[in-house]
Amino acid sequence: MMAAPAKLRLDDVSMSFKTPSGVFQALAPVSLAIPQGRFVSLIGPSGCGKSTLFNVIAGLLEPSGGRVVIDGADATGTIGRVGYMLQKDLLLPWRTVLDNVILGMEIQGLPLQAARDRALPLLRRYGLAGFEHLYPSALSGGMRQRAALLRTLMFDTDVILLDEPFGALDAQTKLQMQEWLLQLWSDFGKTVIFVTHDVEEAIYLSDEINVMATRPGRIVESIPVPIARPRPRGVTLTPEFIAIKERCLELLTAGHHTALGEAA
Amino acid sequence: MTIQDTSRIASVTRETARTESAPSVRPARKIRRLPVQKDWPLWVIIGTQIGILVAVIALWQIAADCGWIDGFFWSKPSAIYATLITFFTEGDALTDIGFTFRSTIIGFLIGTAAGSLLGLSFWWSRNYAAVAQPFVICFESLPKLALAPLIILVFGMGLASKVAIATALTLVVSTLTAYAGVKAVDPDQERLFYSLGASRMQVFRKLIVPFCLPWIISVLRVNIGLALTGAIVGEFIASQHGLGRQILYAGQTYDIALVWVAVLVLSTLAVVMYATVSWIESLLRKGVRQ
Repeated sequence: MMAAPAKLRLDDVSMSFKTPSGVFQALAPVSLAIPQGRFVSLIGPSGCGKSTLFNVIAGLLEPSGGRVVIDGADATGTIGRVGYMLQKDLLLPWRTVLDNVILGMEIQGLPLQAARDRALPLLRRYGLAGFEHLYPSALSGGMRQRAALLRTLMFDTDVILLDEPFGALDAQTKLQMQEWLLQLWSDFGKTVIFVTHDVEEAIYLSDEINVMATRPGRIVESIPVPIARPRPRGVTLTPEFIAIKERCLELLTAGHHTALGEAA
Repeated sequence: MTIQDTSRIASVTRETARTESAPSVRPARKIRRLPVQKDWPLWVIIGTQIGILVAVIALWQIAADCGWIDGFFWSKPSAIYATLITFFTEGDALTDIGFTFRSTIIGFLIGTAAGSLLGLSFWWSRNYAAVAQPFVICFESLPKLALAPLIILVFGMGLASKVAIATALTLVVSTLTAYAGVKAVDPDQERLFYSLGASRMQVFRKLIVPFCLPWIISVLRVNIGLALTGAIVGEFIASQHGLGRQILYAGQTYDIALVWVAVLVLSTLAVVMYATVSWIESLLRKGVRQ
């Protein structure tokens, strides 16, 4: 499994904060190796350090220990190396959808017109045709998430981090967005790390699921999802799928019990 | 049969019980309708307003003519009108209006621009903002008009001192508002920019400034009023021109009609400037959105 050279590697990344009541260990040493083109999910209870981990990978937070390695080179604490999409769409209300999508390219110094020319066909191909010149306030939640995700993709990094991108959407839209995301992923061949609270969503989308636990935040188990793609919707009812789901829930509730035991 | 009968009897008794007991349990309520206001057509509203104005002026004139009020202290519309004509034909009305207008506008522009830049600059360094904060708050709570005599001493009797007072009044408002805008920026939005590899200058130009523009624009109308107040107070204290100086001079010489004329012209100037700034503000808002 570790034979392929990892696109993104975390070597014993840990994070602790000083608080008035002592040192708080947000993240125990976490190690992870993700090969090029994989779709990996992180699931876990809130406070398990998923967002901290993402901030460390994106270079927005300096880890207390360990290294982030991208393409074999140390990338700890450097920004602009991975695409990062937060749960909120964070579209700028004074820019059109098109100009929001090109933000990453613009920051990287690409001339405006070139960036627009590059983004326009993608907006049209991936479900935002007719919305290019509208302002974000005119878009539905699903459409806004599409624009935010395209902005992340257009930033053109090999690795993209998605922090609960569909968490705030209704169930119907969420299913459509999952299909749409898988379409993008197979078209672009990006390496994706996906955070979610939704176990079914994680299994349906991923090649591998990392279950996390709290106090301190850590990865307790890495579960491969050997279900062939493309996966039909009905796959959620197969014994294979259900077995993985049960295992995930078991790990999540076990973590919950120990946390309760500690608190008592 | 018997069973059906008993059930029917039971339901009948239940119904009678309900109708009998209901009024005794629930007190009678007053029947009310939703209050509805009928809107008058616009011409009725405007007609009423003009009517009130005419009535007040007429009453004033009659009261002064019949000696109900002292015409010397209150003056009267006919005298005010005559003074108004002389003020514009023989007096130096345009010099005074121009002087007040210039000091207001220059003070407004300097105060608003410098204040907005100062407020935005607090984004650059948390340490700098923390150090500067108590001074800004101090300057805000200070009654700046109390400093006016000092400003006149430093900047002299001319235009500069009026501009300085108008600037002092508007600067703090703009600073605090722009700083409030800076503090309202979503930290996640900043993180997004940095995750895209942005420099601090890029975050400032592409996020902080456009985000704070509506804040900065929102104080324009407040500031034009403040600048005018500053200019007038400056003229009150020491000046050779201006509507404020005209009011003070007329009051001291008991030329009450001239006081009214100057106040009237001043109000007109204030309304015109306020309307212009409101119009500019709406244009800017539209521009910012696009």
